Amino acid sequence: MGSEDERKARTRDLTFSAKSQLMDAEDVKRALWRMAHEIVERNHSLEALSVIGLQTGGTSIASALASILSEVSGEPVKAGLLDVSFYRDDLSRNPIPASSATDIDHDLTDRTVVLVDDVLFTGRTVRGALNALSDWGRPRAVQLAVLVDRGHRELPIRPDYVGKNLPTSLDEAIVATLEGVWIGTKERS
Amino acid sequence: MSAIVIRQGLVVGEDGPQVTDVLIVDDRIAEVGVSIEAPSGAHEVDARDCWVGPGFVDLHTHLREPGREAAETIESGARAGALGGYCALVAMPNTEPALDCVALVSYVLERGARTPLDVAVAGAITVGREGEALAPLAEMAALGVRLFTDDGIGVQDPLVMRRALAYAKPLGVRLAQHCEDERLASGGTMNEGALSGQLGLLGRPAIAEELMVMRDIELVRVTGAPLHFLHLSTGRSLDMVRAARAEGLPVTFEVAPHHFTLDESACATYDPVFKVHPPLRSADDLEAIRGALRSGHVDAVATDHAPHAPELKDLAFDEAPAGMLGLEHAASLTYEALGPSPDPATFFAVLSRGPARIAQLRQDDDRVRHSAHGASMVAGEDANITVFDPASRWMVDRHALASRSMNTPYDGRSMSGRVRTTIAKGRLIVDQGVLR
Amino acid sequence: MDRHEGALVIESIRGRSLLSLDDLSKAAIVEVLDTAESFVEVNRRSIKKVPALKGRVVASLFFEESTRTRLSFETAAKRLSADVLSLAVASSSVKKGESLRDTIGTIDALGIDAVVLRHRSSGAALQVSRYVPHVKVINGGDGQHQHPTQGLLDAFTIRQVLSERHDTSGLESGSALFEGLKVLIVGDIRHSRVARSDVSVYTTLGAEVRLCAPGTLLPDEVASWPVTVVHDFDEALAWADVVGLLRLQSERGSGDFVASLDEFTFTHGLSIERARRLKPEVLIMHPGPMNRGVEIDSRVADSCQSVVERQVSNGVPIRMAVLYLSIAGAEGQGL
Repeated sequence: MGSEDERKARTRDLTFSAKSQLMDAEDVKRALWRMAHEIVERNHSLEALSVIGLQTGGTSIASALASILSEVSGEPVKAGLLDVSFYRDDLSRNPIPASSATDIDHDLTDRTVVLVDDVLFTGRTVRGALNALSDWGRPRAVQLAVLVDRGHRELPIRPDYVGKNLPTSLDEAIVATLEGVWIGTKERS
Repeated sequence: MSAIVIRQGLVVGEDGPQVTDVLIVDDRIAEVGVSIEAPSGAHEVDARDCWVGPGFVDLHTHLREPGREAAETIESGARAGALGGYCALVAMPNTEPALDCVALVSYVLERGARTPLDVAVAGAITVGREGEALAPLAEMAALGVRLFTDDGIGVQDPLVMRRALAYAKPLGVRLAQHCEDERLASGGTMNEGALSGQLGLLGRPAIAEELMVMRDIELVRVTGAPLHFLHLSTGRSLDMVRAARAEGLPVTFEVAPHHFTLDESACATYDPVFKVHPPLRSADDLEAIRGALRSGHVDAVATDHAPHAPELKDLAFDEAPAGMLGLEHAASLTYEALGPSPDPATFFAVLSRGPARIAQLRQDDDRVRHSAHGASMVAGEDANITVFDPASRWMVDRHALASRSMNTPYDGRSMSGRVRTTIAKGRLIVDQGVLR
Repeated sequence: MDRHEGALVIESIRGRSLLSLDDLSKAAIVEVLDTAESFVEVNRRSIKKVPALKGRVVASLFFEESTRTRLSFETAAKRLSADVLSLAVASSSVKKGESLRDTIGTIDALGIDAVVLRHRSSGAALQVSRYVPHVKVINGGDGQHQHPTQGLLDAFTIRQVLSERHDTSGLESGSALFEGLKVLIVGDIRHSRVARSDVSVYTTLGAEVRLCAPGTLLPDEVASWPVTVVHDFDEALAWADVVGLLRLQSERGSGDFVASLDEFTFTHGLSIERARRLKPEVLIMHPGPMNRGVEIDSRVADSCQSVVERQVSNGVPIRMAVLYLSIAGAEGQGL
């Protein structure tokens, strides 16, 4: 894993130790290409589309997805970053993450927003993202693209576009980046 | 006839300490010797491994009556004093109104006479303690007042102080001074230094005290009148007064236990229990005072017992009144400071004999109404005696003090040594650390 | 500021009170600055509100009147969706000697998560935090001791402006741009809690700090501070990358400390002539409100070197960051 990814894995005083690698960079690339085509198929026109990556795990994936979509459609696709830290409903139970930048340079009203994240788990991050999005206008529709769905949903949230479905147990951890996908454990460092 | 016999304590007489018995009959020491045969019905006090000596005399107690009885009364202060081993207290005049005339001094003397202790009064030097007009020192002296001070504040005007000394001299009384120049100290709440600058608290500089000490030494030189320096708090003040004393000038000084156990770093918590005038000083000053105490150069330990109603010490640091309690733990703190091998003679010198001399409460002094203190522990002397147990350990609990107030800076602190028995004018008033 | 021995250094204010910048490590300070960046962005939106402190109650207890700071804190709390209990306890209606314990006890009985406190006595915030240890206490200025959020917003403003000049973000700059940064603080340092907080934050972040003031307005034993005291004001102005001016209160310039306000302006006022000596890229700062014509010439105050307006606008994001980390965070967490 790259050092950037290691740093992200090291959030919340936890260190990730990989047990096995399930996808390599090529696998990820193919998955993203497939997802991009699914997005085009479902949405026809990309003009009213906004690809919004969720901080911090979804940003590079969103960026990659947006550039593939631009290539496919021949036109630049609007993109942005959304930090969800202040919208989480579990602030008192979980450690508050370091906040990072939200960068959305256009009004989302009447647009179709594709939220992009690395791993879909309990669904609380996405729920926070939906709360946050309402401060940015009123999108016509919101769709969800994730690189990995690992199950264990606590809320009625389902992804529209999935790179890979990976059933996991609660004590396992997943790291999913453009470099690959690993399954392992997270321990207090 | 009542009798008490104190068995096998280390009796600290003027010839040196020896393990022996002391028999008290009525209000006098009847006999000092080994294996005394006590009269029947005599109360036995087991003083093995304890120090036995003259009862303590506090030169500096604030009994708050009249005016601030919520904080302390003469009666509650006397109880606190007794538990601390004190047989005599000198009540400070900064009451409301100030003790600057016969009527008010009589009031305190009479109320003091109802307690088992000897409560002497220090009269004010100036009317209302305002530092301008002389108070009627002679009239007060006729009642037995031998110490005069404006304590709480020093006499700021050098001319007034010079006149006061000149007036006091032929009366045979002694003035005492709280040395702090009010303008230099102006509103400060802790020692002036790096810490006060950091904490954003106005400082009271050491020179506020030292300049007045310097001034008053010279006024003593010029008038020849005796002067007692209250609660000296800096190493330099001590050096100056000791040098003057060595020259033969009639000066004496006291130190307060908080100045030989705490320094300014305690104020970093902004807890007003540590606010006092003069303030807690530097670590060097603390060491200097402890050193002087150990080497026997201190004339007296005086508590500066300053009770304040609890709600007043709940204010912000700069708004709270200054002062801390002292009577109930002064002896233990003095014992600890004299360590590691405390000398019993020094112990009783600073707590009893030195103060008794300064307050003119000894056998040979003209005491008017009070009994004699600072005994040499020989037959015939008035029986004001304290038994101190050096091995006892106890913990200060501010809710369990005899004082009406709770502003002790030592709450929760464990103490080495404790007063076991206090006998005032031949009466057993504290036994086994408990008031009778 | 030199920490007295045994003082605990806090690595993060998450879940903790903020009483003094002396207590904070560099990491703790940078965390606040970084978090504030996100809130700058929130404050640019049309809906300037996030639900982070929804359901929490913040009491604002101002014993000293200060409309600006109080509004800044209350705005910050409201933008985090907290409920605000506002008590401007003006000094006239509180009789001197009112027990701090009683006042805070009454408010605490209503159930509060945090209190922002401004008081005329040094140490009041620490005393209050002892009375209500379960409540987060945010020091909004205690006597002459500290004004932590002012120090933080001053540092934040410097980082923001200098990062913009280098075309990077504050987040990327971290604290590196403070290393060796030349900061000059001028004016009534002796009586200033802002000065103490500024000295703390700048020296912790690695800046080189110099103080310049009339002799009567320097703190006691300033030699023990991690700063250099200079007397040549003009030379210091030419040296500085940042000039922080302090307000001279009129009672200080009435003869006890300084002969008059004019005298002060003569010795330590940033006049038009003196401003010519400044480096062109210097930052001129002031915690406000400014005494135009006393510590600073009006035209200099409005020059492009002055970042005073930025300081004011950064007040809300910094206070949002402090409230968020303190109240929403749990103690002992870090990154």
